Amino acid sequence: MSQCPGDDAPPPSADSYDHLVREDRVHTSLYRDAAIFEAEMDRIFNNTWVWVAHASELPGPNTYKSAHVGRQPVLVTRDKEGKVHVLLNRCRHRAATVCENKKGKAPVFVCPYHGWSYNVDGKLRAVPRSEGYSADFDRKDYGLQSLRVEEYQGLIFATFRDDIEPLVDFLGPAKKWIDLFMKQGAGYGVKTMGQHQFRFPGNWKIQLENTTDAYHFPIVHKTFLTSLDEETEELFDVLGQGGWVEELGNGHSVMVMIPDLVDLEENLDAPIPERFQALASELAQDHDDAEVRRIVRAVGGSGFNLNLFPNLACSMAFFRVLRPVAVDETEITHIAIGMDGGPEAGNRARLRLHEHFQGPMGFGSPDDAEGWERVQRGSAAGKDLWILLNRGTETLVGHQAGNHVTDVSAEAGMRAAYQMWKRMMAV
Amino acid sequence: MSDGIALAAPPCITLQDAAEFIWREADLLDRHDYYPWLALWTEGGRYVIPIERDAADYAAVLNVVYDDAGMRAARVKRLISGFSMSSAPAARTIRTVSRFVVTDSGTDTVTVRAAQNLTEYKYGRTRVMAADVTYRLVRQGDGLKLDQKVVQLINSDDAQHGIGYLL
Repeated sequence: MSQCPGDDAPPPSADSYDHLVREDRVHTSLYRDAAIFEAEMDRIFNNTWVWVAHASELPGPNTYKSAHVGRQPVLVTRDKEGKVHVLLNRCRHRAATVCENKKGKAPVFVCPYHGWSYNVDGKLRAVPRSEGYSADFDRKDYGLQSLRVEEYQGLIFATFRDDIEPLVDFLGPAKKWIDLFMKQGAGYGVKTMGQHQFRFPGNWKIQLENTTDAYHFPIVHKTFLTSLDEETEELFDVLGQGGWVEELGNGHSVMVMIPDLVDLEENLDAPIPERFQALASELAQDHDDAEVRRIVRAVGGSGFNLNLFPNLACSMAFFRVLRPVAVDETEITHIAIGMDGGPEAGNRARLRLHEHFQGPMGFGSPDDAEGWERVQRGSAAGKDLWILLNRGTETLVGHQAGNHVTDVSAEAGMRAAYQMWKRMMAV
Repeated sequence: MSDGIALAAPPCITLQDAAEFIWREADLLDRHDYYPWLALWTEGGRYVIPIERDAADYAAVLNVVYDDAGMRAARVKRLISGFSMSSAPAARTIRTVSRFVVTDSGTDTVTVRAAQNLTEYKYGRTRVMAADVTYRLVRQGDGLKLDQKVVQLINSDDAQHGIGYLL
């Protein structure tokens, strides 16, 4: 059997993973090896900033939502002072979950097993029949385990580590792109508006790669493209508009597919697209022309995918969250966003656009999920082969974004994510 | 009204008529025979697969599907195009619709709530999906038309898988 250059099998190794990630390829075992998955949950998800919520999901005092950090269930809560807490959803007594609701409002969490109750900040409030414990039992020792929490532009992240860099440093140059993404609030601020959830039988990194993979778009999403009007189909010609991929450090990257929609507060004088004419007319009843243009442009969404390692993407017009379940099972959540307090007509238009592409029966997501499943199935063959990431390794010359960027269809974002993976797995 | 069980006036569309329509629709969907399915609908009909379990206004919230006639036609075109890998081929499906309850009826309309159990098969794997389905049927000319169909999956507010066919 002939071998491609670089296809030699890696040497076996007990707990080092360096040899599985090269500049331009990663080893198939990264999708399939359950031991590697266990190590990822520990070395990556327990050791970095993991996205858990958007601020609008906790709309007032004593509101909460359930989330995960890696595989660990957590509660994200907001206390009476407005402070956000991320707490392991596990009673300190005998480990029962203290809450099984996806979201809600509660001033206290009472474990259903023996009635231990906790404040929304995690403090153990009361223990039934406490006289049964010895005199040195101190409730202060048994609060819900609390994670470190920091927030940027409404994006709430948590980490088990007190000694890693602040969130803003972890995000670094990605902050600029988060700022641009949040312009979809059209001056009203961004709020979440519901979510699609679906699972696929495949490794989480297949999904991570996909958010920075423009190469697949015209192939996999052909039926989405042909369902659009001509003007919008041209807009979604994501490989033909001079877009680019830019590494942002710490495994983060941005993939610009529609350069015209990088800054939604620019080009406001451009003609309103045909598909938004009816919306613009409706908005014009309550808003002046400048506001109508700003809102309509925001409703259409951003022209880029920002991939934040390891579990969040700000993807054109929504948040894409991945949750590793097992080495070959991943859950995806596509969170719709809209204008917080903005015009109802604009937000409804956003909901319909989200439904068109996203979710288990959208015109896009099911084909993505099928593709990812096919990757997992195919990776059962050729266990010594490699996953190629060598598309677009040359930086573009004289590009408007600078001399460090690669073509929109380059696999540079994936390479960046895997270099971060390598760095974290080496700990 | 006398004592005892109050009986509603007999509906103009009988449950038997409704059930036959619903079973024919289910059969079309299991056979992926989508163009005749499109013709079952009224012009203003809505095909809804909600996420939330108690939505007062589907238009105001995010759904899995919220289709008017244009979106239904686009969806059917996509599913039979051969270019959507999740539906070329689609999973095989077999669905049973039963437990019919008439929840509302008028001169030329009837609303029926039913249970649907669907099994899909693809890649050597079967999955089961259960749903409450509410059909609003209206009489038009000699026959019935589907004016609204709401498929409330048993786990609508939890994770699904990619679905490459119609529920």
